[in-house]
Amino acid sequence: MAAMSESAVQFLRQTPALSLPPPSSRTGVIGWLRVNLFSSPFNVALTLIAILFIAWIVPPLLRFLLVDATWSGADREACIPSTARPNPGACWAFVRVWSSYFVYGFYPISQRWRVDLFFLALAVGAGWLLWLRAPRRDIGAVYFFVVLPVLSLILLGGLPLIGLSYVPTNLWGGILVTIVVATIGMVFSLPLGILLALGRRSRIPVVRWLSIMFIEFVRGVPLITVLFMASVMLPLFVPEPLAPDKLVRALIGVAMFASAYMAEVVRGGLIAIPRGQYEAAQALGLSYWRMTALIILPQALRVTLPNIVNVFIALFKDTTLVFIVGIFDFLRTVEVARGDQKWASPVTSLTGYAFAALFYFVCCFAMSRYAQRVEARLARRSAHKGR
Amino acid sequence: MMDKRPDEPRAETAVEIIALNKWFGEFHVLRDIDLKVARGERIVICGPSGSGKSTLLRCINHLEDWQSGRIVVDGIELNDDPRQIVAVRRDVGMVFQQFNLFPHLTVLENCTLAPIWVRKMPKRDAEALAMKYLERVKIPEQAQKYPARLSGGQQQRVAIARALCMNPNIMLFDEPTSALDPEMVKEVLDTMVELASDRITMLVVSHEMGFARQVADRMIFMADGQILEINEPKGFFDHPQHERTRLFLQQILR
Amino acid sequence: MALQAALLVIVVGLAVAAAHNAAQNMARANIAHGFGFWNNTAGFDISQTLIDYSSSTSTFGRAFWVGLLNTLLVAGIGCVLATILGFIIGIARLSRNWLVSRLAGGYVELIRNVPLLLQILFWYNAVLKSLPELRGSVALPFGGFLNNRGLFLPRPVFAPDFAAVVIAFAAGLVAAIGLYLWARRRQERTGEQVRILSMMLIAIVGPPLVVFIVAGRPLSFGIPDMGRFNIRGGLEILPEFAALLLALTIYTAAFIAEVVRAGVLSVSTGQTEAAQALGLRSGTILRLVVVPQAMRVIIPPLTSQYLNLTKNSSLAVVIGYPDLVQVFAGTVLNITGQAVEVIAITMAVYLAISLFTSLMMNLYGRTVAIVER
Repeated sequence: MAAMSESAVQFLRQTPALSLPPPSSRTGVIGWLRVNLFSSPFNVALTLIAILFIAWIVPPLLRFLLVDATWSGADREACIPSTARPNPGACWAFVRVWSSYFVYGFYPISQRWRVDLFFLALAVGAGWLLWLRAPRRDIGAVYFFVVLPVLSLILLGGLPLIGLSYVPTNLWGGILVTIVVATIGMVFSLPLGILLALGRRSRIPVVRWLSIMFIEFVRGVPLITVLFMASVMLPLFVPEPLAPDKLVRALIGVAMFASAYMAEVVRGGLIAIPRGQYEAAQALGLSYWRMTALIILPQALRVTLPNIVNVFIALFKDTTLVFIVGIFDFLRTVEVARGDQKWASPVTSLTGYAFAALFYFVCCFAMSRYAQRVEARLARRSAHKGR
Repeated sequence: MMDKRPDEPRAETAVEIIALNKWFGEFHVLRDIDLKVARGERIVICGPSGSGKSTLLRCINHLEDWQSGRIVVDGIELNDDPRQIVAVRRDVGMVFQQFNLFPHLTVLENCTLAPIWVRKMPKRDAEALAMKYLERVKIPEQAQKYPARLSGGQQQRVAIARALCMNPNIMLFDEPTSALDPEMVKEVLDTMVELASDRITMLVVSHEMGFARQVADRMIFMADGQILEINEPKGFFDHPQHERTRLFLQQILR
Repeated sequence: MALQAALLVIVVGLAVAAAHNAAQNMARANIAHGFGFWNNTAGFDISQTLIDYSSSTSTFGRAFWVGLLNTLLVAGIGCVLATILGFIIGIARLSRNWLVSRLAGGYVELIRNVPLLLQILFWYNAVLKSLPELRGSVALPFGGFLNNRGLFLPRPVFAPDFAAVVIAFAAGLVAAIGLYLWARRRQERTGEQVRILSMMLIAIVGPPLVVFIVAGRPLSFGIPDMGRFNIRGGLEILPEFAALLLALTIYTAAFIAEVVRAGVLSVSTGQTEAAQALGLRSGTILRLVVVPQAMRVIIPPLTSQYLNLTKNSSLAVVIGYPDLVQVFAGTVLNITGQAVEVIAITMAVYLAISLFTSLMMNLYGRTVAIVER
C-alpha cells in the first residue's frame, strides 16, 4: 500500500491491492449463523424460541407419520392401541386397503383402464400447454380445450356404439371426480373468462353491463350458493326431459364460478398490454377479432399466466365443495372411509385427513411452484427487452 | 450566508478512512481504502461503474457496513453502536440518485420531518427553516405539492433542501444527476455549485466532469474497489498519471 | 345498435323461457311460490341463537335473522383474529432471522395449499370430537369445563351498577384521546416530545377499575353446573363454532400474511435509507415512513380477504354450525321446498355485504391515494 502523508494532495497507487478472501469469522457457516440467527440479543431469543417450537412439533409428527405408523394390516386390529403398541401411529394400512376406492370411487373394476387412459390423456394435454417451449402449442390448445373434453366424455361416460359400456356418473368417485371437476372447470372457465373479460372492456353498453353484472354477482356470493343454485334451481328452469344429472349440475356451477374469477385475471392481463399494441394492430388494418386473437390475447395470457395458475389452484381446492351437493369427490370418499366400522380406531380419522392433506398439498404446491417459475421467467424476459 | 449550526464541527478532519476493506460475500468490493478529507473540502469521486464509489460513500454514513478498517466522521468513531451511527447521521446529509423523497408527504413535510423528530424543533420553526432552504434551491412555491407532481430536477432539489434542513457539516452526493433527463441536470448542478461556495464539506460521486473541474478541491479516481489516483483537478485532467485514469478520462471526455 | 337489441332480446327471451319452465315444474311438484313462507312457523330447533328463538313460535323469518347473526358473529370474530395472526406471521416472514422467516413461510405454504373444507373437517372431527365425554370433562380454572359437547365457561352477569363502569371506561377513553391530542399540539409548538403511552393506558384502565371496586364489584359469574347428563348455566361455546372459527382464522391468516408481506416489500429500500440518512431512529422510520406507505398497499387486498372469510363461513353447513346458509338455504329450503326464493334471498345478502365492502374500499382508496402525476 503506497504511503500517504498528512496533507497529501496527490496520490498514485503503485502496486494494485490484491483481491483477498474475507475474514473467516464473517463468512462460511459461522458468518452465516452470526448474521442470520444470532445478530442481536433479540435475534438470539427468537432463534431459541424457534428451535424449541420445532422440537415440540417435529419429532411427535414424524413419530406419528412414520415411526409408529402401521403399514400393513387387514382391519382395525392392526391399528388400535394394544399392549404391544400403546401409542399407534398413522394407519397407512387403512389407506392402502381403501386406495382403489379413493382413486376410482365405484367405477366398475373391469372398466378402470378407461379412467387410467383419461388420466394419461389429461397429463399429455396439460404438459403440452404448460411447457412453455413446447412445439405447436396452438394445436395443444385445441387438443386441451376441444378434443380432450369430448374424448373424456366418451371414455368415462361410455359410448355403447364403439363398445364402451355406459357408466352412470353416480358410480364415479374419488380422485377421478376431483380431477374431472377441476379439469372441466378449467376447460370452460378460461374461454368463458376471456369472453367475459373482453365483454367487460367492450364499448357496447349492453355487452359491458351484462358482463359486469355477471362477474360482480358471481364474485360476490359464496361458491356454495352457486352450487346450490345449480343443483336445486337448474332442474326447475329447464323442461323436464333435459334435466341434467347431478354431476353435470355441479360442473356447471363450478365452471360459472371459476369463469368470473378468470375474467378478472384475464382483464388484468389485457390492461397490462400497452396502448401501442392496440394502435399498431389497428394501423395494420386488423379487425377487432383478428387483433384480439392474434396480437392482444396471446400477450395478455402470457403476462397473466401466473395468475391463471393461481385461479386454477383455487379451483382445485374448491372442488371439495361438491361434497356438499352430494358428489363423491376425493375428500368425500375419505369421509366415507373414515366411518367404516371395520377400521374404527383413534387414529383412523387423523390418518385419513393426513392422506387427503398430503394429496392436495402436493398438487397445489407443485402448481404454485410452476407459477413462481413462470413469473420469474417473465420478469427476466421483460428485463432483457428494450427499455 | 453562513448559518449558525447547532453543532459546530468538532474536528479539522471531516472524514478519515483508515485501511477500509469490505466484502460482499466472497467478493472483495473495497480494498485498502485510506482517505482524509479536511473540513470544507470538496471531493469528487469518479471511476468506471462497479468500482465501489457509491459503496464507499454509503459507508461514511453507515448505510453499508464493513468487515475491517475504521471510519471516523467529524471526530466520531463509526462502529456498530447505534448511538454513534445516529450521531454521525445527524451530522451528515445525503442526496441519492433516485431522490427517495417520501411520496405520501408534501414537499414541506419532507423537509420538516427530520428537524421535528430528530432535532425536536417546534413545527413553526421547522417550517420556517424548510422554506428558507426551499428558497435557496429556488422552488419555494412547490412547498405544498406532493413529490410526484414535480419534475425530476425539482425533486432532486427538494432532496438537497431536505438534507440541508438538518444543518449537516458534511454532504454526500451519490450520482445526483444520473437519473435526470439532460435538460434538468444543469439546474441541480447549479444548486450544488452554489452550495459549494458555502464551505460545507462535500463528497460527490459523479460523472459530470465540468462540474468537477469547477468545484472540486481534489479528484479521486477509483477502479476495482481501490483508490488509484488522487490529484487537484488541474493536474488530474491535464496530466493523469495512472494508466487506468488516462483510459477512463479518454472515454468520458470524448 | 342492432347487435345490442338482438343481444337483449336473446337474454330476455332466455330469462322468460326459464321462468316459464320454473313455474310449470314447480306447479307440478306442488311447490308454493312467493314470500309468504316468511311468516310461517319454523318448527325446528337451532343450536346457537344470539336472539330469542323458539321452534314452536318463531317464524322462518326469525330463523333467517338467527342464521344471519351467527354468520356475522363467526365472520366478525374471525376477521379480528385472522388479522392479528396474519400480521404476526407476515412480519415474521420478513424477519432477518432465517429460522423465523422459514417457519412462517412453511406455515403459509402448508395452510394455503390445503382446502379449507378439509381443514374445517380436521378441526371438527379429528380434534374437537376427540375431546373427552361429559363424564370425563376437563376441568378448567375458574370453573369451566371442556368436553366434546363444547367449551363451558362462567357466564358474566352484569348488575345494573355496571353501567357506571362502562361510563367510566368511555370517559377514560375520551381522556386518553385528549391526552394524545394535547401531546401532539405541544410537540408542534415547542418541539418537545412527551412520552404519554403509559399515561394513556392508565387513563383507559384506571377509572373503570376504581369505579368497579367502589360500586361493590357489580359483576358476578354464573358457574356452569355439571349434572349427570347435562351442564346447566354458564356460557356454552359449541364445538361447531369453535372448529369453524379456528379453521377460518388459521386459513385466512395465511393469506393475510402474504398481503402484509407484499405491502411492506412494496416500500422501496431507498425510503428507509433516506430516512436513516436523515438520522431518524428505526421506530420512527417505521411509524412515519414505512407503515403509512405500506398500509395503502395492504388495505385493499386485506378487505378482499375479509370478504373471502365471510363467504367461506358458509362452509358451516358441512359441520352443522347454524349460519345463514345452513339454517336458511339448508333447513328452511328443505322444509318449504321454495328453492328459488330462499337461494335468491341468501345470495342477495352476501351480495349486499360484498358490494357494501367494495364501496367502502373505493371510498378509502380515493381518500388516501398517493397523489400521482
